[in-house]
Amino acid sequence: MTDAEYLAGLAEIVNEITGISADAVTPDVRFTDDLDVDSLSMVEIALAAEEKFGVRIPDSDLVKLKTPGDAVAFIKQAGVPA
Amino acid sequence: MTTPHDAARFAHAAAGTPTTADTSRVVLVTGASGYLGRAIAAAVAAPGTYVVCHYRSDLAGAEKAVAAVEERGGTATLVQADLTDRDAPRALLEACPATPDVLVANAGTTADGLSMMMSDESFDLVVDANLSASFRCARAVLRPMLRARSGRIVFVGSVAGLLGNAGQANYSAAKAGLGGLARALAREVAARGITVNVVAPGVLDGGLAGAPATAAGIDTTVGLDALAAAIPARRRGRAEEVAAAVAFLAGPDASYITGATLAVDGGLSMGC
Repeated sequence: MTDAEYLAGLAEIVNEITGISADAVTPDVRFTDDLDVDSLSMVEIALAAEEKFGVRIPDSDLVKLKTPGDAVAFIKQAGVPA
Repeated sequence: MTTPHDAARFAHAAAGTPTTADTSRVVLVTGASGYLGRAIAAAVAAPGTYVVCHYRSDLAGAEKAVAAVEERGGTATLVQADLTDRDAPRALLEACPATPDVLVANAGTTADGLSMMMSDESFDLVVDANLSASFRCARAVLRPMLRARSGRIVFVGSVAGLLGNAGQANYSAAKAGLGGLARALAREVAARGITVNVVAPGVLDGGLAGAPATAAGIDTTVGLDALAAAIPARRRGRAEEVAAAVAFLAGPDASYITGATLAVDGGLSMGC
């Protein structure tokens, strides 16, 4: 999967859970400060991403994912081979 | 693709037990072996409902709960766990054939005694088994419920938490704590279709209220008898009467009720 594909998948999840437009989900925008995503929505996004990408996102790592770019990087390195 | 939790769940289902038809509604009841727990398992049972009956040591009681569920056309399974064990919630979830729709945190215990003589162990055990364990179970089910954007959590409190009961400082504190816990959780997840409420039984005609005090040599039934004498309904309650309230809050009709405490106590705590 390319970075662009990961980002698109994540943007779809963010849109489904928060209603935020997928176009707004760019690598360097900040979830909390820029997109106004609250902590509960972050958990929901993580749960959905776990299912979609087949990875585990422990809570201790979730708190460090400030931007979609951080999330994509984490998901890539956590990914299990298909 | 599945998460490790899903993998465990699917392995359980593949072992042959429930079919999709049996699991349209999954209800997890802790302490299902007890006097009130058995009545709750029965009250939520119906064709299409799968009741996961947790127990700690009373296997016979738990089997009665299973029988009661099956008598009403539901399906049931047992899961044994000591809820003071940090791994217990995971075992409970793994016993569920699908995401639980309902958690009834009913398991509890007493270790009565006068406060000035109550040991740290007695206090800590009762708070852990009644309050902290309920929190841990709720925390565990909240994730799948959040993903499903739907769920019901019912904590079984007590009139002792609302009024206080002499000889039960630990129990009263723990049960009162469930109210604060329920409200905090309710605020967090209300916008996701998950409700969290407390049912507070009064003095019942069996179960923990029927059992003698466990503290050595101290008669704390005096506290209970005094409480019972003050009941406006002039009688102790039946487990079924409390279970009916739990079943209501656990069901679809209670969708706009959250953060509430419903006392089922013959009027004992009214006005509190």
